[in-house]
Amino acid sequence: MSIESKVKNIISEQLEVSIDKLSPDTTFEDIDADSLDIVELVMALEEEFDMEISDQEIENIKSVGDVIKYIESKV
Amino acid sequence: MDLTGKCAIVTGASRGIGRSCALSLAGAGASVVVNYSQNKAAAEEVKKTIEESGGSAVIFKADVSLYNECEGLIKCAIDHFKRIDILINNAGVTRDNLLARMKVEEWQEVIDVNLNGVYNCCKAVLRPLLKQKSGGRIINVASVAGLHGNIGQANYAAAKGGIIAFTKTMAKELGSRNITVNAVAPGFIETEMTDELSTAVREKIMERVALKRFGKPDDVAEVVTFLASSANYVTGQVIAVDGNLSM
Repeated sequence: MSIESKVKNIISEQLEVSIDKLSPDTTFEDIDADSLDIVELVMALEEEFDMEISDQEIENIKSVGDVIKYIESKV
Repeated sequence: MDLTGKCAIVTGASRGIGRSCALSLAGAGASVVVNYSQNKAAAEEVKKTIEESGGSAVIFKADVSLYNECEGLIKCAIDHFKRIDILINNAGVTRDNLLARMKVEEWQEVIDVNLNGVYNCCKAVLRPLLKQKSGGRIINVASVAGLHGNIGQANYAAAKGGIIAFTKTMAKELGSRNITVNAVAPGFIETEMTDELSTAVREKIMERVALKRFGKPDDVAEVVTFLASSANYVTGQVIAVDGNLSM
């Protein structure tokens, strides 16, 4: 599975949105994710990709595309 | 107050208020992780008492002032009971002294166990609790000293006051996940911790208790079990369990 589809699966599962609503341009604001949702998402990503994401890096993650780009740059 | 199928962790559960909480939660049907730091024999005794009444319990040694030991404590709950629903932050110590005589070690130890211990356990439980997506109950054992202050307890009162502010904040942060966070503030409860006080001090305190008796650990455990079970719409609260002790 590509990183993009893995990331989309995790976001869809964590934030309870259907996967076809997720494009790289979708922002977390678009799908009504609050700050705790983002934290939960980050925890799931950290587990899936076995990495640690710093608070500073979380600040820069605003959209689905940001997550994909970030993970791709790290693995 | 039915807690069948739920798993509860009680810190400092070998003696005093923690022991009563463990027994009471088990009595309501919860599986209990009995945490202790030194007194293994007493913890074993609590486990035995729970098992004899048909409940299930496991003991786990952890110093709550150390984060990695708190992680171990949470893991123990999940390993044994496959889930975690309730955390009772009860572990506490006193090192009473007037501030003018209080050593930095006496200050630090009380803050480390009573306040940092609550942070450590809450932080460690959060990931599994959020992942489980079935809500949760956190109950912190504060003290009337944290509400009103108490001579000779600057360290203890500061830690307990900190717990109260922490409780209110956690309730706000976690409310959207149906995790309730409340505190109880015991007054004068008959435990080993209060046994150390002189008869003169005890008499003086008694004069200020409206109910004219000292509390028992079970008096506190009743309220804790209520908060852990049927108090569905209560969060961010501090309930004094003190017989109306005027400070």
